[in-house]
Amino acid sequence: MYRYDEFDHAFVSDRVEQFRDQVGRRLSGELAEDAFKPLRLMNGVYLQLHAYMLRVAIPYGTLNGRQMRMLALIARKYDRGYGHFTTRQNIQYNWPKLSELPDALADLATVEMHALQTSGNCIRNVTADHFAGAAADEVADPRPYAEILRQWSSVHPEFSFLPRKFKIAVTGAERDRAAIQVHDIGLHLKKDENGRIGFAVYVGGGQGRTPMIAKKIRDFLPEEDLLSYTTAVMRVYNLHGRRDNKYKARIKILVHETGAEELARQVEVEFADLKDTELKLPERDVAAISAYFAPPDLSPRAEGWANLAQWKKADADFARWIHQNVQPHKHPDYGMVTISLKPIGGIPGDATDAQMEAVADIAEEYAFDEIRVSHEQNLILPHVALADLEPVYRGLVAAGLATANAGLITDIIACPGLDYCALANARSIPVAQELSLRFGAPERQAEIGELKIKISGCINACGHHHVGHIGLLGVEKKGEELYQITLGGSGDENTSIGEIIGRGFEPEKVTDAVEVIVDTYLGLRLDPSEIFLDAYRRVGPQPFKDALYGDKTAAAA
Amino acid sequence: MADKVLTANRLSDGISVWLDAAGTWNESLQAAFVARHKEAVDALETTGKQAFADNKVVDVNVVDVEEIDGVLRPLRMRERIRAEGPSIPYAAGYTGLTATAPAA
Repeated sequence: MYRYDEFDHAFVSDRVEQFRDQVGRRLSGELAEDAFKPLRLMNGVYLQLHAYMLRVAIPYGTLNGRQMRMLALIARKYDRGYGHFTTRQNIQYNWPKLSELPDALADLATVEMHALQTSGNCIRNVTADHFAGAAADEVADPRPYAEILRQWSSVHPEFSFLPRKFKIAVTGAERDRAAIQVHDIGLHLKKDENGRIGFAVYVGGGQGRTPMIAKKIRDFLPEEDLLSYTTAVMRVYNLHGRRDNKYKARIKILVHETGAEELARQVEVEFADLKDTELKLPERDVAAISAYFAPPDLSPRAEGWANLAQWKKADADFARWIHQNVQPHKHPDYGMVTISLKPIGGIPGDATDAQMEAVADIAEEYAFDEIRVSHEQNLILPHVALADLEPVYRGLVAAGLATANAGLITDIIACPGLDYCALANARSIPVAQELSLRFGAPERQAEIGELKIKISGCINACGHHHVGHIGLLGVEKKGEELYQITLGGSGDENTSIGEIIGRGFEPEKVTDAVEVIVDTYLGLRLDPSEIFLDAYRRVGPQPFKDALYGDKTAAAA
Repeated sequence: MADKVLTANRLSDGISVWLDAAGTWNESLQAAFVARHKEAVDALETTGKQAFADNKVVDVNVVDVEEIDGVLRPLRMRERIRAEGPSIPYAAGYTGLTATAPAA
């Protein structure tokens, strides 16, 4: 993984000391809140319902054991012993004291981590496929390009005060595990007919109150033009993006109002000026960055095949976990392990300090010291020999991290919701917990198959409800919580925005409503291989509306 | 007019606080001074503005409450969660939104 050079170290340390001074002046009264707020946001510090919240960046979701241990230490030393992994591959702490935050950031800096650009109208943490560097279907590892974008976008003076926040995601495979079509810029790494590396470029996707699927404005952008073309997109956005209305300020609105074709033309005009400037990526620089992401030495471990067969035969729970949470690696003797942060009845994305340390231990001993955070709020060990899966599993069981539900109905994405978030209108976590308990029996989950439930506590859609196969949006109606259900959303290579199915449901009725939807699906699917999303796309919303509301009049109410 | 209390988050640690009858910022909603008429609400607002200007608290708001059997209960769920903490267990022993549950 990328290691800081001297410049990086000095830069991050300087920022910590700047922030220490700013916090000191705020606490002494020298700085007023209006002046301080943008400064704290630039350092990832929000004020939520109960306390300050610190959002720490995990670039493209990649970290090592030492960094994970530090995240555990931060949880223990400055918070209440846990953290929340987010849909942007970051981690949030819910209870830090403002007065202690400079010390927390100083501790993070010792392991090359920070909270810069995790808030504000700038280019946020660049996200990537959580299986990067390990997936069998990958054209190339997307992380070197995410890192190049990270370096380029860090305190970029031209792009630090954009009309609104800006999110970039990169995937290196045909199967999109980074949800690139719901990002401001989505980059799909591919090869052209001559074997050259480049990108299909998508612009203007996003969720929030106006969900939109990104438009492809370039079929193939050569690798060397990554920064010049991205700069061109940013310049068009910076110039023409709306600043008069916060709710219309994202680039998706600009793309929508301008038209993708015209926007692409404007980008090409800017690009023509930038193409042969210092922004052109030298091959040696790409190679230098790529070297940081060289795969570990995956020596043959063929004994794992026989071991695995024996272990699976001896332990049904282990076999279930292997089936659900271990994906094939590009090396046949290895697997990619998903550590579910969705225990049945638990809080999606939360991990205690002890659990973080357990993951660090396991990663160091068995997984080449590599950990990823997925945008689905799980942790990943991207390189584990099949021969080591049994001890890895035992370690995860001991830490309460061996729930065998990756991709199943209880692998729910949920934002913090009204339990923590100052923007939320309704709670998300208790809804996720009740659904998890309702569907948590292993046999039932297996029968239902792949089904992605995503829950947001407000229209900002941090819980990605628009792209949930079943999406739940919490709203406040007459002072009470109500949950609107959308069906048919998806955040993969066939991205779709879910359709609102009808009137919303009260908290005590929403789990039943989801069960009706699930039972309807089970009754109409062609066979168990037809997953919920495919069945929905085949039959449309009507059977589900009929099952939920009985007649069309009620559904329209 | 609904009864009202003055709430904010303490500057130094962000913890939710309520203004009590002694004029101090208390971590318990149940200790809050309740304004039951316009003059009292005006006084709360003035106090809140001053406390913000004095850099003691941030995000200062007057919120609606009702008193049931001597227990203060904010009318909005958001404020109930601010008063009680998350409605989910984040640590052993947390009991959830019970103290301000609505009357049966």
